[in-house]
Amino acid sequence: MPKDNHIKKVLVIGSGPIVIGQAAEFDYAGTQACRSLKEEGIEVVLVNSNPATIMTDKNIADKVYIEPLTVEVVEKLILKEKPDSVLPTLGGQAALNIAMELEERGFLKENRVRLIGTSAKTIKKAEDRQEFKDTMEKIGEPIAPSQVVNNVEDGLEFVKQIGYPVVLRPAYTLGGSGGGIAADEEEFITILENGLRLSRVNEVLVERCIAGWKEIEYEVMRDANGTCITVCNMENLDPVGVHTGDSIVVAPSQTLGDKEYQMLRTSALKIISELNVEGGCNVQYALNPESFEYCVIEVNPRVSRSSALASKATGYPIAKVTAKIALGYHLDEIINAVTGKTYASFEPTLDYCVVKIPRLPFDKFIQAKRTLTTQMKATGEVMSICTNFEGALMKAIRSLEQNVDSLDYGPYKTFTDEQLAEELKKVDDRRIYVIAECIRRGVALDKINEVTKIDLWFLDKIAILVETEQKIRNAKELDKDLLAEAKRLEFPDNVIARFTGKTEDEIKELRMQYGITPAYKIVDTCAAEFEAMTPYYYSCYGSVNEVEAVNHKKKVMVLGSGPIRIGQGIEFDYCSVHSVWALKEQGYETIIVNNNPETVSTDFDIADKLYFEPLTAEDVESIVNLEKPDGAVVQFGGQTAIKLTEALRKMGVPILGTSAENVDAAEDRELFDEILEECCIPRPRGTTVFTVEEALEAAHDLGYPVLVRPSYVLGGQGMQIAVSDEDIVQYLGIINRQHQEHPILVDKYLMGKEVEVDAVCDGTDVLIPGIMEHIERAGIHSGDSISVYPSLNISPKIKRVIEDYTRKLAKSLHVIGLINIQFIVHQDEVYVIEVNPRSSRTVPYISKVTGIPIVDLASQVIVGAKIRDLGYEPGLQKEADYFAVKMPVFSFEKLRGAEISLGPEMKSTGECLGISKDFNEALYKAFLGDGVDLPKHKKMILTVKDSDKLEAVDVGRRFAALGYQIYSTKNTCRILNKNGVPATPINKIEEESPNLLDLILSHEIDLVIDTPSHGVGKSRDGFLIRRNAIETGVTCLTSLDTANALLISLETAHKDKLTLIDIATI
Amino acid sequence: MKAFLILEDGQIFEGQSFGAVKEVVCEVVFNTSMTGYLEVLTDPSYQGQGVVMTYPLIGNYGICYDDMESRRAWPTAFIVREVSRLASNFRKQGDLDTFLKEQDIPGICGLDTRALTKILREKGTMNGMITTNENFDKEEVLRKVREYRVVNAVKTVTCAEPRHYEGDGYKVALMDLGTKNNIERCLVERGCEVTVYPADTKAETILASKPDGIMLSNGPGDPKECVTIIEELKKLYASEIPIFAICLGHQLMALAVGGDTEKMKYGHRGGNHPVKDLKTGKVYISSQNHGYVVKEESIDRTIAEVAFINVNDKTVEGLHYLNKNILTVQFHPEACPGPVDSNFLFDEFMNMMEVSR
Repeated sequence: MPKDNHIKKVLVIGSGPIVIGQAAEFDYAGTQACRSLKEEGIEVVLVNSNPATIMTDKNIADKVYIEPLTVEVVEKLILKEKPDSVLPTLGGQAALNIAMELEERGFLKENRVRLIGTSAKTIKKAEDRQEFKDTMEKIGEPIAPSQVVNNVEDGLEFVKQIGYPVVLRPAYTLGGSGGGIAADEEEFITILENGLRLSRVNEVLVERCIAGWKEIEYEVMRDANGTCITVCNMENLDPVGVHTGDSIVVAPSQTLGDKEYQMLRTSALKIISELNVEGGCNVQYALNPESFEYCVIEVNPRVSRSSALASKATGYPIAKVTAKIALGYHLDEIINAVTGKTYASFEPTLDYCVVKIPRLPFDKFIQAKRTLTTQMKATGEVMSICTNFEGALMKAIRSLEQNVDSLDYGPYKTFTDEQLAEELKKVDDRRIYVIAECIRRGVALDKINEVTKIDLWFLDKIAILVETEQKIRNAKELDKDLLAEAKRLEFPDNVIARFTGKTEDEIKELRMQYGITPAYKIVDTCAAEFEAMTPYYYSCYGSVNEVEAVNHKKKVMVLGSGPIRIGQGIEFDYCSVHSVWALKEQGYETIIVNNNPETVSTDFDIADKLYFEPLTAEDVESIVNLEKPDGAVVQFGGQTAIKLTEALRKMGVPILGTSAENVDAAEDRELFDEILEECCIPRPRGTTVFTVEEALEAAHDLGYPVLVRPSYVLGGQGMQIAVSDEDIVQYLGIINRQHQEHPILVDKYLMGKEVEVDAVCDGTDVLIPGIMEHIERAGIHSGDSISVYPSLNISPKIKRVIEDYTRKLAKSLHVIGLINIQFIVHQDEVYVIEVNPRSSRTVPYISKVTGIPIVDLASQVIVGAKIRDLGYEPGLQKEADYFAVKMPVFSFEKLRGAEISLGPEMKSTGECLGISKDFNEALYKAFLGDGVDLPKHKKMILTVKDSDKLEAVDVGRRFAALGYQIYSTKNTCRILNKNGVPATPINKIEEESPNLLDLILSHEIDLVIDTPSHGVGKSRDGFLIRRNAIETGVTCLTSLDTANALLISLETAHKDKLTLIDIATI
Repeated sequence: MKAFLILEDGQIFEGQSFGAVKEVVCEVVFNTSMTGYLEVLTDPSYQGQGVVMTYPLIGNYGICYDDMESRRAWPTAFIVREVSRLASNFRKQGDLDTFLKEQDIPGICGLDTRALTKILREKGTMNGMITTNENFDKEEVLRKVREYRVVNAVKTVTCAEPRHYEGDGYKVALMDLGTKNNIERCLVERGCEVTVYPADTKAETILASKPDGIMLSNGPGDPKECVTIIEELKKLYASEIPIFAICLGHQLMALAVGGDTEKMKYGHRGGNHPVKDLKTGKVYISSQNHGYVVKEESIDRTIAEVAFINVNDKTVEGLHYLNKNILTVQFHPEACPGPVDSNFLFDEFMNMMEVSR
């Protein structure tokens, strides 16, 4: 059936801020869907609170609302824009939930708006526990049996039916405490009794234990005519028990025979048919490794992270096809864009192997528990493609950018066999390295399989890598066969060099001598059965190259930003994609290199050519050798791309825009100091050190507090404010855990107002779209601060100073393209604290709220255009007549044990925007977008460090005026009471009950404000308060500046009176 | 040990030998299934051919003899990118290398199967030799290779004696033109009493057994070579007994009513081919294995109408014979390997028999 012509205007709901579990994949899906709808002549209205996304660009949708994703806002938007349909299946769980609520309230029916894609009934059948269970039972699809029990007798009765082992999960305990796995009756009774006691509601869920089974996923599609296909199946290397988002995943499945493959495929199609899904759907299975027994774990009746991965793994554009299906098309009417000949109603077949590895944030949260469980913890992921599994694994490992480039990693060499055996039992992100060490020591694969339950096939592949590693180490001479084999398995040159005691250059030379170079192959969805049109490539060794470089146009290579991690998020993909678009517009052939399957940049129709490859010097050089680009762009891909600057220069590829030397000058303390001195720009006093002794001396000289950080990092990694010698010793210890090639910086810490600008410089002129002011005082990382544009409290005089400094710095650093500068305004004096001659996190935000497309401008400037010729007057641009507030969003509840208090090291995973003519409303919207929706019980806890106590009085008074009942620990309480603020004293955690913890666990607290003292000496008490607040879902603020901002928004704004602004009109 | 694949057009691929060590000449075809290598190897339709698997990692889950689709493996050679060193599966009874040795089939691995597939796609199916002789005489090899034809294929693969499966349902006569076990299984599962007949069985013999339905199986080779079988099918066509035919059976039935077949450039072999049911517009993903196809324009519209087409290249995938109880399909509803989406056609066959009983 062709398109349903009743559909003319569609509201697409996005997924909101990036949090763990809901990341860039939805920008990819949403962007693809919006473009697909527009292609069909549909008017697209988009709502998403996340300003860092590509989908919220005005060229993606017709009307763009960067507004909080609440039911009220979406209702209001529907009344304003009057779309005839809502498409909710591309914005993750967030969009699905809103759509369901709109439907349940009867709002959609009342306003004659229909849900397209998948119906509310379908969503309910898949999402509601009971309905899902009933549906699966109806069609005879097994799910892991479970039952809630309230006493031991019922528990024993149920176990009789399902058999041991069973999982016990007490209801409403913190982070699943009190639960466990019972293998026999004795264990069962012990755990159950304990669980019942701990559970507030005396409930424990008893479930058949499927931990250790194979975890398999199917990505399936269905159209309204009932045609179903499987896009891809995937196998998790980590068995059931680790969230699929945290697992190493391989596509297609490797250890399933045709019987198992088809059994699960048939089941998935049966489920999608029964649920009447129209579009993409994900079904997850647990498969008993010893039989054909399986269970359905979960069904997602929408586009998901796995579908983004499946799209990139196969070349089949799931989101695009889902959008077309929503419009009424059948699968056999939609052309497969890859071949241009076949249709979407076929199943992709792969002739390569894909490996995905999650990017976990434990480098940022060193206190957080590394254990991987069913709660996802990864912030991003990398994918790699190779003709063999070992090679794909090796490529993925080095794509992670975690200073690991082979399986030879970690402290395990020094472990005793017993320690290693213990380590193997731990299910964490380093398990494969532990396995590799076990194999090195000759532990039998069967034994490793027994402990880890990882399939022997995967273990043998790791063994092959270990054996090859040993062969290389032991080789008297690297002969052609051995080197070719090592390269076939994707051992990088530097690793081979390390194993053989040679230099990387020597290995490269040897390789060239033997003629061992990678070939590039096409991802074509059909294993070469049909001719493919897509320029989507991967490398492999020992193969025939099938990619030709064409040289009819000037060619630019854009280096992407790799996996999403805290500090380097989706913003950099936004910049990369816009740069590609701008350069294409200018008539260049564009090549993008990236390895992140969640992003828009790795969609095959963004650049002229996509190389899905690790972003290391060696991998990039091989592409350079083939393509011979006329230039490379590194300033949009975050630190990942910047790090390649030097290597590219050595390859003879001109860096377009700011030169390598000048990038260096901004990072090199001494060079930078010289420039500042020349420009007469002050900066907080500071120095560079290597050792603890030097650092202590510097700190004493500067006077505490001081800021300590490594150079060349993003997101303030390892940055800390030290207030004592003890702190210095500890922080340097942490920083030096990684080998440091560059000195450590120690600076005087100034507690002033933090201000930030992004600017474009063409070598002569500088364009500054606007000045952004941070709500939180200096000391909190800029990415974690609430940022306001236009600035509120900066005098015209100071603005002129900032404009002047920006111009001087951009010119002295010979910036061509983007520059980001952070300032501190302290006692009416402007200090520079950081300069980055590249795109920054705030680029999408400032572009959208000023309407000035700075990535476009920067991209044109780097290929020779002048700002004045592009229709812009240089200098600081006129301020907008509305306020835009960027609010950081955190994922602390997902990371057990992580310290949530804010400091100079970045911790947020995403951001949302509040925009309004009225500052207070903008602030309110930003909080709302972050999910802060107060009040419910009007009870709060306020405990602050001594230096904040006086300021806390005003905060307390204002909350009290709003009707809040305040609980405080004795000291804070005394000061509040003394100043006439009503507050109730409460015992500290280590004191007897009822204490703070009991209060938090009572689920009646709306808000916790707890400002931690800096330094090592910070109390365990505060940490526990904050963790418990987060884990019970209580909003927790750790800075009085943030608290003040929240107060402003609570005092003035009202949820029902929000105005909505179409960003596309800015 | 080194092994070589020498193609008819003179191109040479070097790899390593596995399985049996033997010099063979074959017709080189590629299969795009990602799983089911044992089912592919034991599908009699591959008789005389060297099968290239486009999926690069083969042998991962070993060999489970229960999954064999016939009494032995049929391809002349097996061509893969990488053979798994370790096979892992709870049903594993052996490994691929040993299996091929047992079956006396040579394998070659370590070559770029994608590059090879592209050649076959662009130039069409061609013959080739696999040898471990490093000093082969290219001219001599090419002469042999160019001479090679797949002949007497059905005769080679069909059973020698009829066999019988008890059942209390419909009585089905299955003509074994190179049948896969799963066709029998699909019938037996539905309670049918099945007799499997050798390909050269006379129509009279079959009709005399008074079956409720006749099933024509898949099989290897050029359908036009099966002149005598086609003659027998004409009689079966005239009999009014419901007929369900798969693959070669489908082609032979078309030839029996005056239709024509032709060799395809490189055929359809894999588990991902979309076929559209023209009655409902619904598309099914099917398992396929054929190098010949029924020419659409050769079908007399008063005799049969096209029931299924291939969504990719629009070729004929099924015929419904008018005023007859005959349905024939080019694809494999019995799957093994591949998707079972069209397995319902066996139920349809049961209905056909019910109606005419």
